[in-house]
Amino acid sequence: MENKPNQDTNLTDFEVRSLDTMCVNESELKHPWYYNLKYSLVGVIFGIVFIKAEIISWFRIQEMFRLQSFHMYGVIGTAVVVGAISVFLIKKLKVKTIHGEEITFTDKKFNKGQIIGGLIFGLGWALTGACPGPLFAQVGSGAIVILVVILSATAGTWVYGKFRDQLPH
Amino acid sequence: MMETITQPWPWYTAGIIIGLIVPALLILGNKHFGISANLRHACAACLPSNIPFFKYDWKKESWNFFFVGGILVGGIISTLYLGSGDAVIVHPDLAKELASYGITNFSGMVPEQLFSFESLFTLRGLVMMIGGGFLVGFGARYAGGCTSGHAIMGLSDLQWPSLVATICFMIGGFIMANFILPFILHL
Repeated sequence: MENKPNQDTNLTDFEVRSLDTMCVNESELKHPWYYNLKYSLVGVIFGIVFIKAEIISWFRIQEMFRLQSFHMYGVIGTAVVVGAISVFLIKKLKVKTIHGEEITFTDKKFNKGQIIGGLIFGLGWALTGACPGPLFAQVGSGAIVILVVILSATAGTWVYGKFRDQLPH
Repeated sequence: MMETITQPWPWYTAGIIIGLIVPALLILGNKHFGISANLRHACAACLPSNIPFFKYDWKKESWNFFFVGGILVGGIISTLYLGSGDAVIVHPDLAKELASYGITNFSGMVPEQLFSFESLFTLRGLVMMIGGGFLVGFGARYAGGCTSGHAIMGLSDLQWPSLVATICFMIGGFIMANFILPFILHL
């Protein structure tokens, strides 16, 4: 596959790659598929924390939005502080990946989608009691029916992709 | 030791571990923490339908599928081996409010009385699962990321558009939980 994006992708590209948290500077290294298992391991740890700290609990999310509990604010706040210190250190010390590649960051560009889309996402978040990550952990916790929610979320993503040129950005 | 693990973990433990996922993914392979992009990759892989937004080489992003696969497995491990089996402790005000809608079972992470295959065929369940899921997927992509990509990764990198998105996530959530959800729960 070529690295250059083709022309008609560019036409509708509202800084798609940087906004969508896709890896912007693709790795030049070619690894066999099982190298990806290291990300699964990180995911396993994440999934365990989700359940153990009840982050995927519908009740915790309701309490958060009703200001009845500090729990979720504490989780997200601490995560941001730890994440910010880490990113600062990675930039400052020019840390490289374990494969010796440079770690890169791309600035996010503002568009109206962050406001309109953000509000829509928030409405959904309070309904399902889960953002996309926790949905997968909820399935893991035995709530198989949540697969339907994930399917519906995928449909929502598809509909956005279909109509994105008509939506205000 | 095992006692500490099987009890619900405090917010600071969870916050520190989640925060460390940011540098872990960066150092493992220059990957930016973000989960909702998976839904887009799934569209690109299964149903691109010649839509420009889904015409890209999704295989280059396949690490993200491995990542969410891990989350699912982590959920299974945690539920089977690390749980205390106790019901979730719910704030008394919330418990009282939910009881008025007939929701009294707090035994799981997800209230069974709202999220089950039986309730999928009720209006309330349909709105909450199909409607809620759709809003999450549509809104996350419209905003260019979800809680992980914006609220955690974006804020960690001090991106102000991510702060705008995060504030809007919260506003949307407040409106739904306090003003709209009561009507939906009454259905």
